[in-house]
Amino acid sequence: MTVLVVAEHRRGELRDASLELLTAGRQLADATGGELHVAVVSGDVESYADQLNREGVDAIHTVADGEEFNHDVYTQAVEQLFEAVEPTVLLLPNSVNGLDYAPAVAERLDIPLVTDAVDFDYGDGLTVTREMYGSKVETTMDVDAPQAAVTVRPAEWPKAEGTGDATVEAFDAAIDESAVRSTVTGYQEVGGGDIDISDADVLVSVGRGIEEEDNLDIIHDLAEALDATVSASRPIVDNGWLPKDRQVGQSGKVVTPDVYIAIGISGAVQHVAGMKGADTIVAINNDPNAPIFDIADYGIQDDLFDVVPALTEQFS
Amino acid sequence: MKILVTVKEVAAVDDEFEVDGLAIDDRYLTYDLNEWDEYAIEEAVQIAEAGEDVEVVTVTVGPEDAEDTIRQALAKGADRAIRVWDDAIAEAGLLDPGTKAQLLEAVVATEEPDLILSGVQAGDDAFGATGVTLASRLGWEWAAVVNDLELGDDVATVHRELEGGVEELTDVELPAVLTIQTGINDPRYASLRGIRQAQQKELAVQSLADVGLDSDVLDSPIEQTSLYEPESEGEATIYEGSADETAADLAELLREQGVAQ
Repeated sequence: MTVLVVAEHRRGELRDASLELLTAGRQLADATGGELHVAVVSGDVESYADQLNREGVDAIHTVADGEEFNHDVYTQAVEQLFEAVEPTVLLLPNSVNGLDYAPAVAERLDIPLVTDAVDFDYGDGLTVTREMYGSKVETTMDVDAPQAAVTVRPAEWPKAEGTGDATVEAFDAAIDESAVRSTVTGYQEVGGGDIDISDADVLVSVGRGIEEEDNLDIIHDLAEALDATVSASRPIVDNGWLPKDRQVGQSGKVVTPDVYIAIGISGAVQHVAGMKGADTIVAINNDPNAPIFDIADYGIQDDLFDVVPALTEQFS
Repeated sequence: MKILVTVKEVAAVDDEFEVDGLAIDDRYLTYDLNEWDEYAIEEAVQIAEAGEDVEVVTVTVGPEDAEDTIRQALAKGADRAIRVWDDAIAEAGLLDPGTKAQLLEAVVATEEPDLILSGVQAGDDAFGATGVTLASRLGWEWAAVVNDLELGDDVATVHRELEGGVEELTDVELPAVLTIQTGINDPRYASLRGIRQAQQKELAVQSLADVGLDSDVLDSPIEQTSLYEPESEGEATIYEGSADETAADLAELLREQGVAQ
């Protein structure tokens, strides 16, 4: 069995998801004693191929067309590579860009697609483990097909290490330019404020549990008492209660403070991706089953409207 | 111009729940309009309000129970709704993105919209793949995870929200399927007048046969084989007691960590 992994890069840098995919791909290839092939499309593919040549990689295919991610180019290139390599499983990142082309590739190749895998197994066939209902349950999916595509959750597998001796070959994809009907015109950093939360030593971070904008006052009071900076999870920023550059998470900032106090934050995987590198994580949430307690070092399972003012009082 | 918005009713799970076979017992579920679809509806209604002669039609694959949710979308300004369902779909269990896209494609063939807006993902099964699969089936362009949209005559200029606080600026040829991210707008609450009007708006129910499909479309290579509560990996020290007591314990820890000193 061959596993084909498609790497991801942005603005000249290979993304961590690529090296995680190598680990995930090797796990799946090992389950059947198969080979691990890697594809890298667009940009400086030679340099990316060097970085992807890690232990356990058998072959790297480079497709030089395009500079940056364009889903029309990626869809065509990966479709053609899939037909040339004939893998049993195609692994793609469950990233924003992965979700922008993986479904199109699967549809064109008429193979099943399972997204956001957190684990998989290959026995009689492919079984994929994924989560539902905001990570409250896990479910397994059996895939009854000779070939399939799976997108892999970021940061779920460790990054591949070591140096490999993979063959590196240029793949000559025939890109139909008339089918390229989207154009990436640039990039923009999100902003809105003048504070960089990724510099803060102590973050008081607030989530949906705060319920109303006016209630943010108790968060600001606590942050002031602790000489800390206020950050937030996605819903607070979506509501316009804090500027975009205060958002912690996959689509916001990645933060690594000494202390991160998560208040009324359930701990969705997208949020955790942005803050799990904090030295000490404290969670205050009235739902004892909230996923945030799985990664917290210290927790209070109680009503934040009682605990937060009491905590502020301790420092006044 | 006609905008088709895919709308789904999703279930949220209570803090405490029991698994019943391959599902969660209905007692522990609360149903509501999918959060991402709420933003997609708002975006469509804003386009309609800004332009002349724009019709907003919602399409839902879901049972009769979903009609309260569909009426919410109508109350927020959609003009009419289509709901696809029959006994065969009900018996099919989990619908994977490929199956859902085929059902929606059949509705698109009849409705012939100029633009399709879809939520990035559904809050329950969270596949995040139906919109792009549908675009590919239709041979249309698409953009996933859109958090800013400007509509031209032939092109949609969008921002795609990438990871790490970066947005990609992209031009996409129309017709297109755009999957809408939360935060793109500020979804309105349904007004009392809107809720009253929604009761009068058309909500057409269509079976597989009505949309020109037979039950083969429901044969999925993906089968759900288990559902369970994951074991907690938590090793957190949990402070017990009243709010004053736990706050005092936490304050002591924070001082030890050098906070506020």
